[in-house]
Amino acid sequence: MKKILVGIKRVVDYNVRVRVKPDGSGVMLDGVKMSINPFDEIALEEALRIKERGEAEEVVVVTMGAADCQQQLRTALAMGADRAIHIESNDPIEPLTGAHILQKLVEREQPFLVILGKQSIDGDNNQTGQMLAQLWNRPQATFASKVELSAKAAKVTREVDAGLETIEVDLPAVITTDLRLNEPRYVKLPDIMKAKKKPLETLPVADLGVELKTRVKILKTEPPAARQKGKMVKDVSELVAALRQKGLV
Amino acid sequence: MSEILIVAEHANGKLNPSTAKCVTAASKISGAKIAVAVFAASGAAVAAEAARLAGVNKVITVDHAANEHALAAVIAPQVAALAAPYSHVFGPSTTFGKDLMPRIAAILDAPQLSDVMAIESATRFVRPIYASNAIITVEVEAGAKIVATVRTASFEAAATGGNAAPIEAGNVDVELPKHTRFVGLAAAKSDRPDLQTAARVISGGRALGSADAFKIIYSLAEKLGAGVGASRAAVDAGYAPNDMQVGQTGKIIAPELYIAIGISGAIQHLTGIKDARTIVAINKDSEAPIFEVADIGLVGDLFSIVPELEKQIAAGK
Repeated sequence: MKKILVGIKRVVDYNVRVRVKPDGSGVMLDGVKMSINPFDEIALEEALRIKERGEAEEVVVVTMGAADCQQQLRTALAMGADRAIHIESNDPIEPLTGAHILQKLVEREQPFLVILGKQSIDGDNNQTGQMLAQLWNRPQATFASKVELSAKAAKVTREVDAGLETIEVDLPAVITTDLRLNEPRYVKLPDIMKAKKKPLETLPVADLGVELKTRVKILKTEPPAARQKGKMVKDVSELVAALRQKGLV
Repeated sequence: MSEILIVAEHANGKLNPSTAKCVTAASKISGAKIAVAVFAASGAAVAAEAARLAGVNKVITVDHAANEHALAAVIAPQVAALAAPYSHVFGPSTTFGKDLMPRIAAILDAPQLSDVMAIESATRFVRPIYASNAIITVEVEAGAKIVATVRTASFEAAATGGNAAPIEAGNVDVELPKHTRFVGLAAAKSDRPDLQTAARVISGGRALGSADAFKIIYSLAEKLGAGVGASRAAVDAGYAPNDMQVGQTGKIIAPELYIAIGISGAIQHLTGIKDARTIVAINKDSEAPIFEVADIGLVGDLFSIVPELEKQIAAGK
Protein backbone atom coordinates (compact mmCIF):
# COMPACT_ATOMS: atom_id res chain seq x y z
CA MET A 1 0.00 0.00 0.00
CA LYS A 2 1.42 3.37 -1.04
CA LYS A 3 1.09 5.52 2.04
CA ILE A 4 1.69 9.15 2.83
CA LEU A 5 2.25 10.10 6.45
CA VAL A 6 1.23 13.64 7.41
CA GLY A 7 2.14 15.22 10.74
CA ILE A 8 -0.12 17.87 12.21
CA LYS A 9 0.04 20.01 15.33
CA ARG A 10 -2.65 21.66 17.41
CA VAL A 11 -1.74 25.32 17.80
CA VAL A 12 -3.30 28.64 18.72
CA ASP A 13 -5.35 29.78 15.73
CA TYR A 14 -3.61 31.95 13.16
CA ASN A 15 -5.94 34.91 13.84
CA VAL A 16 -5.52 35.00 17.62
CA ARG A 17 -3.34 37.76 19.03
CA VAL A 18 -1.20 35.90 21.53
CA ARG A 19 -0.52 37.61 24.85
CA VAL A 20 2.12 36.91 27.46
CA LYS A 21 1.00 36.12 31.03
CA PRO A 22 1.76 38.98 33.42
CA ASP A 23 3.95 36.71 35.60
CA GLY A 24 6.17 35.78 32.63
CA SER A 25 5.41 32.07 32.96
CA GLY A 26 4.17 31.64 29.41
CA VAL A 27 1.44 32.81 27.07
CA MET A 28 -2.29 32.93 27.78
CA LEU A 29 -3.95 29.86 26.29
CA ASP A 30 -7.15 29.57 28.35
CA GLY A 31 -10.22 29.74 26.16
CA VAL A 32 -8.19 30.56 23.07
CA LYS A 33 -9.30 29.10 19.73
CA MET A 34 -7.09 26.19 18.66
CA SER A 35 -6.62 24.92 15.10
CA ILE A 36 -4.47 22.73 12.91
CA ASN A 37 -1.16 24.53 12.28
CA PRO A 38 -1.75 26.25 8.89
CA PHE A 39 1.37 24.76 7.29
CA ASP A 40 0.22 21.28 8.36
CA GLU A 41 -3.18 21.86 6.80
CA ILE A 42 -1.33 22.58 3.55
CA ALA A 43 0.67 19.36 4.06
CA LEU A 44 -2.53 17.36 4.45
CA GLU A 45 -4.14 19.03 1.44
CA GLU A 46 -1.12 18.12 -0.70
CA ALA A 47 -1.27 14.49 0.46
CA LEU A 48 -4.99 14.31 -0.33
CA ARG A 49 -4.43 15.74 -3.82
CA ILE A 50 -1.69 13.19 -4.47
CA LYS A 51 -4.04 10.42 -3.40
CA GLU A 52 -6.88 11.82 -5.51
CA ARG A 53 -4.57 11.78 -8.54
CA GLY A 54 -4.07 8.06 -7.91
CA GLU A 55 -0.43 8.45 -6.89
CA ALA A 56 -1.01 7.22 -3.33
CA GLU A 57 -3.45 4.84 -1.72
CA GLU A 58 -3.69 5.93 1.89
CA VAL A 59 -3.17 9.14 3.85
CA VAL A 60 -2.34 8.63 7.52
CA VAL A 61 -2.36 11.65 9.79
CA VAL A 62 -0.46 11.76 13.08
CA THR A 63 -0.24 14.20 15.95
CA MET A 64 1.40 14.34 19.38
CA GLY A 65 0.03 15.89 22.53
CA ALA A 66 -2.70 15.72 25.16
CA ALA A 67 -6.18 14.26 24.59
CA ASP A 68 -7.63 17.49 23.20
CA CYS A 69 -5.48 17.33 20.07
CA GLN A 70 -7.83 14.57 18.88
CA GLN A 71 -10.12 17.42 17.79
CA GLN A 72 -7.57 18.40 15.16
CA LEU A 73 -7.17 14.76 14.09
CA ARG A 74 -10.96 14.59 13.59
CA THR A 75 -10.78 17.73 11.45
CA ALA A 76 -8.00 16.11 9.42
CA LEU A 77 -10.14 12.99 8.95
CA ALA A 78 -13.02 15.20 7.86
CA MET A 79 -10.75 16.82 5.29
CA GLY A 80 -10.14 13.35 3.88
CA ALA A 81 -7.35 11.54 5.74
CA ASP A 82 -8.04 7.79 5.92
CA ARG A 83 -6.95 7.18 9.49
CA ALA A 84 -5.35 8.96 12.40
CA ILE A 85 -2.75 8.20 15.04
CA HIS A 86 -2.61 10.11 18.30
CA ILE A 87 0.72 9.90 20.15
CA GLU A 88 -0.38 10.72 23.67
CA SER A 89 1.81 12.91 25.84
CA ASN A 90 0.96 15.53 28.43
CA ASP A 91 4.50 16.83 28.46
CA PRO A 92 5.96 19.23 25.91
CA ILE A 93 7.91 17.50 23.14
CA GLU A 94 11.09 19.12 21.80
CA PRO A 95 11.58 19.01 18.01
CA LEU A 96 14.33 16.38 18.07
CA THR A 97 12.21 14.12 20.29
CA GLY A 98 9.26 14.68 17.97
CA ALA A 99 11.44 13.64 15.04
CA HIS A 100 12.45 10.45 16.88
CA ILE A 101 8.78 9.66 17.50
CA LEU A 102 7.93 10.23 13.84
CA GLN A 103 10.82 8.00 12.86
CA LYS A 104 9.31 5.17 14.92
CA LEU A 105 6.03 5.65 13.09
CA VAL A 106 7.82 5.72 9.75
CA GLU A 107 9.38 2.34 10.60
CA ARG A 108 5.95 0.96 11.41
CA GLU A 109 3.97 2.51 8.56
CA GLN A 110 6.61 2.49 5.79
CA PRO A 111 5.29 5.54 3.91
CA PHE A 112 6.84 6.53 0.58
CA LEU A 113 6.35 10.15 1.50
CA VAL A 114 6.15 12.14 4.73
CA ILE A 115 4.70 15.64 4.43
CA LEU A 116 4.95 18.11 7.30
CA GLY A 117 4.47 21.86 7.69
CA LYS A 118 7.72 23.78 7.51
CA GLN A 119 7.14 25.27 10.96
CA SER A 120 4.46 25.49 13.60
CA ILE A 121 3.23 28.99 14.26
CA ASP A 122 3.57 28.59 18.03
CA GLY A 123 7.20 27.54 18.55
CA ASP A 124 8.36 28.80 15.12
CA ASN A 125 11.17 26.23 15.25
CA ASN A 126 11.26 24.95 11.66
CA GLN A 127 13.22 21.82 12.64
CA THR A 128 11.18 18.63 12.84
CA GLY A 129 10.98 17.69 9.15
CA GLN A 130 14.69 18.15 8.57
CA MET A 131 15.54 16.20 11.73
CA LEU A 132 13.25 13.34 10.73
CA ALA A 133 14.84 13.20 7.27
CA GLN A 134 18.30 12.93 8.83
CA LEU A 135 17.32 10.29 11.43
CA TRP A 136 15.63 8.30 8.67
CA ASN A 137 18.69 8.84 6.44
CA ARG A 138 16.47 10.06 3.61
CA PRO A 139 16.30 13.23 1.50
CA GLN A 140 14.35 16.34 2.40
CA ALA A 141 12.70 18.98 0.27
CA THR A 142 11.85 21.86 2.58
CA PHE A 143 9.67 24.96 1.99
CA ALA A 144 7.94 23.33 -0.99
CA SER A 145 5.76 25.40 -3.31
CA LYS A 146 5.33 22.70 -5.99
CA VAL A 147 5.60 18.91 -5.85
CA GLU A 148 5.70 16.60 -8.88
CA LEU A 149 5.94 12.86 -8.27
CA SER A 150 7.32 10.17 -10.53
CA ALA A 151 7.74 6.48 -9.74
CA LYS A 152 10.97 6.77 -7.79
CA ALA A 153 11.53 10.48 -7.20
CA ALA A 154 9.90 13.79 -6.43
CA LYS A 155 10.72 17.04 -8.17
CA VAL A 156 10.13 19.83 -5.69
CA THR A 157 10.22 23.59 -6.15
CA ARG A 158 11.35 25.31 -2.97
CA GLU A 159 10.85 28.90 -1.80
CA VAL A 160 14.36 30.09 -0.93
CA ASP A 161 15.77 33.56 -0.21
CA ALA A 162 17.19 33.87 -3.72
CA GLY A 163 14.00 32.84 -5.52
CA LEU A 164 12.65 29.41 -6.47
CA GLU A 165 14.99 26.43 -6.28
CA THR A 166 14.11 23.07 -7.82
CA ILE A 167 15.60 19.85 -6.52
CA GLU A 168 14.95 16.21 -7.23
CA VAL A 169 14.86 13.75 -4.35
CA ASP A 170 14.64 9.97 -4.39
CA LEU A 171 11.69 8.40 -2.59
CA PRO A 172 11.00 7.86 0.20
CA ALA A 173 11.52 11.44 1.28
CA VAL A 174 10.36 14.15 3.66
CA ILE A 175 8.70 17.24 2.22
CA THR A 176 7.92 20.34 4.28
CA THR A 177 5.37 22.82 2.98
CA ASP A 178 5.46 26.52 2.35
CA LEU A 179 2.42 28.79 2.12
CA ARG A 180 1.85 28.74 -1.60
CA LEU A 181 1.90 24.99 -2.22
CA ASN A 182 -1.90 24.85 -2.27
CA GLU A 183 -5.07 26.20 -0.69
CA PRO A 184 -6.55 23.71 1.76
CA ARG A 185 -10.16 22.69 1.20
CA TYR A 186 -13.01 23.56 3.52
CA VAL A 187 -14.54 20.77 5.53
CA LYS A 188 -18.18 19.99 4.74
CA LEU A 189 -20.69 18.92 7.35
CA PRO A 190 -21.34 15.40 5.95
CA ASP A 191 -17.58 14.82 6.01
CA ILE A 192 -17.49 15.72 9.71
CA MET A 193 -20.14 13.05 10.34
CA LYS A 194 -18.23 10.50 8.25
CA ALA A 195 -14.97 11.34 10.03
CA LYS A 196 -16.46 10.11 13.32
CA LYS A 197 -16.42 6.58 11.95
CA LYS A 198 -12.85 6.67 10.67
CA PRO A 199 -10.17 4.88 12.72
CA LEU A 200 -8.27 6.91 15.32
CA GLU A 201 -5.60 5.00 17.19
CA THR A 202 -4.12 6.26 20.45
CA LEU A 203 -0.57 5.29 21.40
CA PRO A 204 0.99 6.35 24.70
CA VAL A 205 4.35 7.89 23.88
CA ALA A 206 6.04 5.43 26.29
CA ASP A 207 5.01 2.52 24.03
CA LEU A 208 7.23 3.83 21.24
CA GLY A 209 10.41 3.51 23.26
CA VAL A 210 11.44 7.13 22.76
CA GLU A 211 12.84 8.90 25.78
CA LEU A 212 11.26 12.32 26.40
CA LYS A 213 14.18 14.62 27.06
CA THR A 214 13.90 18.22 28.19
CA ARG A 215 17.18 19.79 27.25
CA VAL A 216 16.00 23.34 26.70
CA LYS A 217 14.33 24.98 29.70
CA ILE A 218 12.28 28.16 29.30
CA LEU A 219 13.37 30.55 32.05
CA LYS A 220 10.98 33.37 31.24
CA THR A 221 8.52 34.60 28.65
CA GLU A 222 8.23 38.30 27.93
CA PRO A 223 6.22 40.48 25.59
CA PRO A 224 8.28 42.00 22.78
CA ALA A 225 9.60 45.53 23.21
CA ALA A 226 6.69 47.74 22.17
CA ARG A 227 7.14 50.29 19.41
CA GLN A 228 5.89 53.75 20.24
CA LYS A 229 3.01 54.90 18.15
CA GLY A 230 4.42 57.70 16.01
CA LYS A 231 2.88 60.77 14.48
CA MET A 232 0.49 61.19 11.62
CA VAL A 233 1.30 63.61 8.81
CA LYS A 234 -1.38 65.20 6.66
CA ASP A 235 0.26 65.15 3.22
CA VAL A 236 3.31 64.18 1.20
CA SER A 237 5.11 67.49 1.88
CA GLU A 238 4.90 66.88 5.63
CA LEU A 239 6.05 63.30 5.13
CA VAL A 240 9.09 64.36 3.13
CA ALA A 241 9.88 67.07 5.71
CA ALA A 242 9.71 64.49 8.52
CA LEU A 243 11.98 62.11 6.60
CA ARG A 244 14.46 64.92 5.87
CA GLN A 245 14.49 65.88 9.54
CA LYS A 246 15.51 62.32 10.41
CA GLY A 247 18.11 62.38 7.65
CA LEU A 248 16.44 59.49 5.86
CA VAL A 249 16.06 61.04 2.40
CA MET B 1 35.72 27.71 26.95
CA SER B 2 33.31 27.98 24.08
CA GLU B 3 34.46 26.84 20.65
CA ILE B 4 32.01 27.92 17.97
CA LEU B 5 31.77 26.56 14.45
CA ILE B 6 29.89 28.75 11.98
CA VAL B 7 28.68 27.31 8.69
CA ALA B 8 29.30 29.95 6.02
CA GLU B 9 26.55 30.85 3.58
CA HIS B 10 27.75 31.83 0.14
CA ALA B 11 26.79 31.90 -3.53
CA ASN B 12 28.62 32.70 -6.74
CA GLY B 13 31.98 32.90 -4.97
CA LYS B 14 30.81 35.52 -2.48
CA LEU B 15 30.19 35.27 1.24
CA ASN B 16 26.61 36.10 2.22
CA PRO B 17 26.43 38.97 4.78
CA SER B 18 24.47 36.58 7.05
CA THR B 19 27.78 34.91 7.96
CA ALA B 20 29.28 38.16 9.33
CA LYS B 21 26.17 38.47 11.51
CA CYS B 22 26.65 34.94 12.85
CA VAL B 23 30.22 35.92 13.77
CA THR B 24 28.92 38.87 15.78
CA ALA B 25 26.38 36.63 17.51
CA ALA B 26 29.09 34.09 18.38
CA SER B 27 31.33 36.83 19.75
CA LYS B 28 28.65 37.62 22.37
CA ILE B 29 29.75 34.46 24.19
CA SER B 30 32.64 35.56 26.38
CA GLY B 31 35.98 34.02 25.46
CA ALA B 32 34.51 32.37 22.37
CA LYS B 33 36.91 30.99 19.78
CA ILE B 34 35.28 31.21 16.38
CA ALA B 35 35.88 29.04 13.32
CA VAL B 36 34.07 29.52 10.02
CA ALA B 37 33.64 26.49 7.76
CA VAL B 38 33.20 26.96 4.01
CA PHE B 39 31.68 24.07 2.07
CA ALA B 40 32.02 24.67 -1.66
CA ALA B 41 33.21 23.14 -4.91
CA SER B 42 36.05 25.61 -4.73
CA GLY B 43 35.90 27.85 -1.68
CA ALA B 44 39.16 29.80 -1.65
CA ALA B 45 37.66 33.22 -2.43
CA VAL B 46 34.86 32.80 0.09
CA ALA B 47 37.32 31.57 2.73
CA ALA B 48 39.54 34.61 2.15
CA GLU B 49 36.54 36.86 2.73
CA ALA B 50 35.62 35.01 5.94
CA ALA B 51 39.22 35.24 7.20
CA ARG B 52 39.02 39.04 7.10
CA LEU B 53 36.02 39.21 9.47
CA ALA B 54 36.84 40.60 12.89
CA GLY B 55 36.64 37.95 15.61
CA VAL B 56 37.26 34.92 13.38
CA ASN B 57 40.10 32.73 14.69
CA LYS B 58 40.22 30.21 11.89
CA VAL B 59 38.62 29.36 8.55
CA ILE B 60 38.19 25.78 7.40
CA THR B 61 37.57 25.00 3.74
CA VAL B 62 36.02 21.77 2.57
CA ASP B 63 36.20 21.65 -1.21
CA HIS B 64 34.22 18.89 -2.90
CA ALA B 65 32.37 18.71 -6.22
CA ALA B 66 29.25 17.64 -4.30
CA ASN B 67 29.29 21.00 -2.49
CA GLU B 68 28.62 22.94 -5.69
CA HIS B 69 25.05 23.57 -4.52
CA ALA B 70 24.13 23.92 -0.87
CA LEU B 71 22.15 20.70 -0.40
CA ALA B 72 21.39 20.18 3.30
CA ALA B 73 21.58 16.38 3.16
CA VAL B 74 25.05 16.59 1.58
CA ILE B 75 26.53 19.32 3.78
CA ALA B 76 25.13 18.18 7.15
CA PRO B 77 27.29 15.04 7.55
CA GLN B 78 30.40 17.07 6.62
CA VAL B 79 29.63 19.70 9.26
CA ALA B 80 28.99 16.97 11.80
CA ALA B 81 32.35 15.39 10.94
CA LEU B 82 34.09 18.66 11.82
CA ALA B 83 31.99 19.34 14.92
CA ALA B 84 33.69 17.16 17.55
CA PRO B 85 35.90 19.86 19.12
CA TYR B 86 33.16 22.50 19.13
CA SER B 87 30.65 23.39 21.84
CA HIS B 88 28.32 25.28 19.47
CA VAL B 89 27.45 25.10 15.77
CA PHE B 90 25.83 28.24 14.35
CA GLY B 91 24.27 29.04 11.00
CA PRO B 92 22.15 31.95 9.77
CA SER B 93 18.38 31.90 10.06
CA THR B 94 18.03 32.23 6.31
CA THR B 95 16.48 29.54 4.12
CA PHE B 96 20.02 28.10 3.78
CA GLY B 97 20.48 27.76 7.55
CA LYS B 98 16.89 26.78 8.30
CA ASP B 99 17.17 23.91 5.81
CA LEU B 100 20.59 22.71 6.97
CA MET B 101 21.03 23.22 10.72
CA PRO B 102 18.33 20.81 12.02
CA ARG B 103 19.96 17.97 10.04
CA ILE B 104 23.25 18.76 11.78
CA ALA B 105 21.49 18.83 15.16
CA ALA B 106 19.95 15.43 14.43
CA ILE B 107 23.34 13.87 13.64
CA LEU B 108 24.92 15.41 16.74
CA ASP B 109 21.91 14.53 18.91
CA ALA B 110 21.96 18.18 19.97
CA PRO B 111 19.08 20.55 20.69
CA GLN B 112 18.63 23.39 18.21
CA LEU B 113 17.66 26.96 19.08
CA SER B 114 16.03 28.67 16.10
CA ASP B 115 16.17 32.40 15.35
CA VAL B 116 18.41 33.40 18.25
CA MET B 117 18.05 37.17 18.76
CA ALA B 118 20.28 37.66 21.82
CA ILE B 119 22.88 35.60 23.65
CA GLU B 120 23.30 35.96 27.42
CA SER B 121 25.87 33.24 28.01
CA ALA B 122 27.22 30.05 26.47
CA THR B 123 24.04 28.24 27.53
CA ARG B 124 21.46 31.03 27.77
CA PHE B 125 19.73 32.39 24.68
CA VAL B 126 16.81 34.64 23.74
CA ARG B 127 14.49 33.77 20.87
CA PRO B 128 11.01 34.67 19.60
CA ILE B 129 7.95 32.44 19.53
CA TYR B 130 4.37 33.03 18.28
CA ALA B 131 5.50 35.29 15.43
CA SER B 132 7.52 37.38 17.91
CA ASN B 133 4.48 38.07 20.07
CA ALA B 134 6.43 36.45 22.91
CA ILE B 135 10.15 36.38 23.57
CA ILE B 136 11.61 33.53 25.57
CA THR B 137 14.87 33.21 27.44
CA VAL B 138 16.04 29.60 27.45
CA GLU B 139 18.74 27.65 29.23
CA VAL B 140 20.25 24.61 27.52
CA GLU B 141 21.27 21.73 29.79
CA ALA B 142 24.95 21.65 30.65
CA GLY B 143 27.17 19.42 28.56
CA ALA B 144 25.01 19.34 25.43
CA LYS B 145 26.39 20.61 22.15
CA ILE B 146 24.23 23.50 21.00
CA VAL B 147 23.08 24.07 17.43
CA ALA B 148 21.53 27.44 16.65
CA THR B 149 20.29 29.57 13.81
CA VAL B 150 21.01 33.28 14.20
CA ARG B 151 18.31 35.84 13.44
CA THR B 152 20.37 38.06 11.16
CA ALA B 153 18.23 41.17 11.72
CA SER B 154 19.23 41.12 15.42
CA PHE B 155 22.99 41.44 14.96
CA GLU B 156 25.28 43.88 13.17
CA ALA B 157 27.70 42.39 10.67
CA ALA B 158 31.23 41.82 12.01
CA ALA B 159 33.72 44.36 10.68
CA THR B 160 35.82 43.31 7.75
CA GLY B 161 39.39 44.13 6.76
CA GLY B 162 41.24 44.17 10.07
CA ASN B 163 41.77 40.44 10.40
CA ALA B 164 43.72 37.73 8.62
CA ALA B 165 42.67 34.46 10.24
CA PRO B 166 44.52 31.32 9.15
CA ILE B 167 42.80 29.23 6.49
CA GLU B 168 43.15 25.46 6.57
CA ALA B 169 41.72 22.58 4.57
CA GLY B 170 39.27 20.50 6.59
CA ASN B 171 39.64 16.77 6.68
CA VAL B 172 36.20 15.30 6.16
CA ASP B 173 36.00 11.61 5.47
CA VAL B 174 32.31 10.80 5.29
CA GLU B 175 30.09 9.14 2.74
CA LEU B 176 27.87 11.69 1.01
CA PRO B 177 24.31 10.79 0.04
CA LYS B 178 23.36 10.79 -3.65
CA HIS B 179 19.61 10.85 -3.12
CA THR B 180 19.25 14.62 -3.58
CA ARG B 181 20.01 16.46 -6.82
CA PHE B 182 20.01 20.16 -7.65
CA VAL B 183 17.91 20.90 -10.74
CA GLY B 184 17.88 24.69 -11.01
CA LEU B 185 17.38 28.07 -9.42
CA ALA B 186 15.00 30.67 -10.80
CA ALA B 187 16.34 33.88 -9.28
CA ALA B 188 14.91 37.26 -10.02
CA LYS B 189 17.56 39.40 -11.67
CA SER B 190 17.58 42.89 -10.25
CA ASP B 191 20.01 45.73 -9.63
CA ARG B 192 18.18 46.71 -6.46
CA PRO B 193 19.88 46.29 -3.10
CA ASP B 194 19.34 42.93 -1.42
CA LEU B 195 16.18 42.99 0.68
CA GLN B 196 17.85 41.43 3.72
CA THR B 197 20.73 43.89 3.94
CA ALA B 198 19.31 47.06 2.36
CA ALA B 199 19.39 50.21 4.51
CA ARG B 200 16.07 51.25 3.00
CA VAL B 201 13.18 48.99 2.07
CA ILE B 202 9.88 49.81 0.42
CA SER B 203 7.14 47.21 0.55
CA GLY B 204 3.84 46.95 -1.26
CA GLY B 205 0.69 45.19 -0.14
CA ARG B 206 -2.59 43.92 -1.46
CA ALA B 207 -3.88 47.45 -2.04
CA LEU B 208 -1.60 47.73 -5.07
CA GLY B 209 -4.12 45.52 -6.82
CA SER B 210 -1.89 44.11 -9.57
CA ALA B 211 1.66 43.16 -10.50
CA ASP B 212 1.61 46.05 -12.94
CA ALA B 213 0.77 48.54 -10.21
CA PHE B 214 3.89 47.40 -8.31
CA LYS B 215 5.85 49.47 -10.86
CA ILE B 216 5.24 52.59 -8.76
CA ILE B 217 6.91 50.81 -5.82
CA TYR B 218 9.93 49.82 -7.94
CA SER B 219 10.20 53.33 -9.30
CA LEU B 220 10.18 54.94 -5.85
CA ALA B 221 12.67 52.32 -4.64
CA GLU B 222 15.02 53.22 -7.47
CA LYS B 223 14.95 56.90 -6.49
CA LEU B 224 15.78 55.98 -2.88
CA GLY B 225 18.25 53.19 -3.63
CA ALA B 226 15.95 50.92 -1.66
CA GLY B 227 15.26 47.20 -1.65
CA VAL B 228 11.71 46.10 -2.40
CA GLY B 229 9.54 43.85 -0.25
CA ALA B 230 5.94 42.69 -0.23
CA SER B 231 3.29 41.47 2.16
CA ARG B 232 2.15 37.87 2.07
CA ALA B 233 -1.16 38.99 0.57
CA ALA B 234 0.64 40.66 -2.34
CA VAL B 235 2.79 37.58 -2.97
CA ASP B 236 -0.18 35.21 -2.71
CA ALA B 237 -2.04 37.35 -5.22
CA GLY B 238 0.89 37.12 -7.63
CA TYR B 239 1.76 40.84 -7.54
CA ALA B 240 5.32 40.10 -6.38
CA PRO B 241 7.61 37.02 -6.30
CA ASN B 242 8.00 34.88 -3.17
CA ASP B 243 11.54 36.06 -2.46
CA MET B 244 10.14 39.51 -1.68
CA GLN B 245 7.88 38.35 1.16
CA VAL B 246 8.55 40.06 4.49
CA GLY B 247 7.21 38.53 7.71
CA GLN B 248 7.04 35.55 10.06
CA THR B 249 7.51 33.01 7.31
CA GLY B 250 9.32 35.24 4.84
CA LYS B 251 12.25 37.53 5.46
CA ILE B 252 12.94 39.25 8.78
CA ILE B 253 14.60 42.58 8.07
CA ALA B 254 16.04 45.53 10.01
CA PRO B 255 16.52 48.47 7.63
CA GLU B 256 17.09 52.09 8.69
CA LEU B 257 13.93 53.06 6.82
CA TYR B 258 10.92 50.88 6.03
CA ILE B 259 8.05 52.27 3.99
CA ALA B 260 4.90 50.10 4.01
CA ILE B 261 2.59 51.01 1.16
CA GLY B 262 -0.93 49.62 1.07
CA ILE B 263 -0.09 47.08 3.75
CA SER B 264 -2.63 46.69 6.55
CA GLY B 265 -0.10 45.22 9.00
CA ALA B 266 -1.09 41.68 9.95
CA ILE B 267 0.89 40.47 13.00
CA GLN B 268 2.73 38.02 10.76
CA HIS B 269 3.99 40.95 8.65
CA LEU B 270 4.87 43.16 11.64
CA THR B 271 7.11 40.35 12.93
CA GLY B 272 9.33 40.88 9.92
CA ILE B 273 9.88 44.62 10.44
CA LYS B 274 9.96 45.06 14.23
CA ASP B 275 13.67 45.83 14.18
CA ALA B 276 13.41 48.53 11.51
CA ARG B 277 14.72 51.90 12.75
CA THR B 278 11.97 54.06 11.22
CA ILE B 279 8.68 52.72 9.86
CA VAL B 280 6.56 54.80 7.52
CA ALA B 281 3.04 53.65 6.69
CA ILE B 282 0.91 54.82 3.79
CA ASN B 283 -2.60 53.41 3.77
CA LYS B 284 -6.08 54.61 2.92
CA ASP B 285 -7.58 52.97 6.03
CA SER B 286 -6.79 55.10 9.08
CA GLU B 287 -7.68 52.13 11.32
CA ALA B 288 -5.09 49.80 9.73
CA PRO B 289 -2.93 48.10 12.41
CA ILE B 290 0.25 49.19 10.59
CA PHE B 291 -0.32 52.69 12.03
CA GLU B 292 0.07 51.27 15.57
CA VAL B 293 3.75 50.57 14.91
CA ALA B 294 4.55 53.28 12.36
CA ASP B 295 6.78 56.20 13.33
CA ILE B 296 5.24 58.29 10.59
CA GLY B 297 1.80 57.59 9.14
CA LEU B 298 -0.01 59.08 6.17
CA VAL B 299 -3.63 58.24 5.38
CA GLY B 300 -4.62 58.51 1.75
CA ASP B 301 -4.68 57.03 -1.72
CA LEU B 302 -1.36 55.38 -2.45
CA PHE B 303 -1.79 55.87 -6.21
CA SER B 304 -1.57 59.62 -5.78
CA ILE B 305 0.78 59.66 -2.77
CA VAL B 306 3.54 57.42 -4.13
CA PRO B 307 4.21 59.31 -7.40
CA GLU B 308 4.04 62.62 -5.50
CA LEU B 309 6.48 61.29 -2.89
CA GLU B 310 8.85 60.21 -5.63
CA LYS B 311 8.60 63.64 -7.26
CA GLN B 312 9.28 65.55 -4.05
CA ILE B 313 12.21 63.33 -3.08
CA ALA B 314 13.73 63.73 -6.54
CA ALA B 315 13.19 67.50 -6.41
CA GLY B 316 15.03 67.78 -3.11
CA LYS B 317 18.18 66.06 -4.26
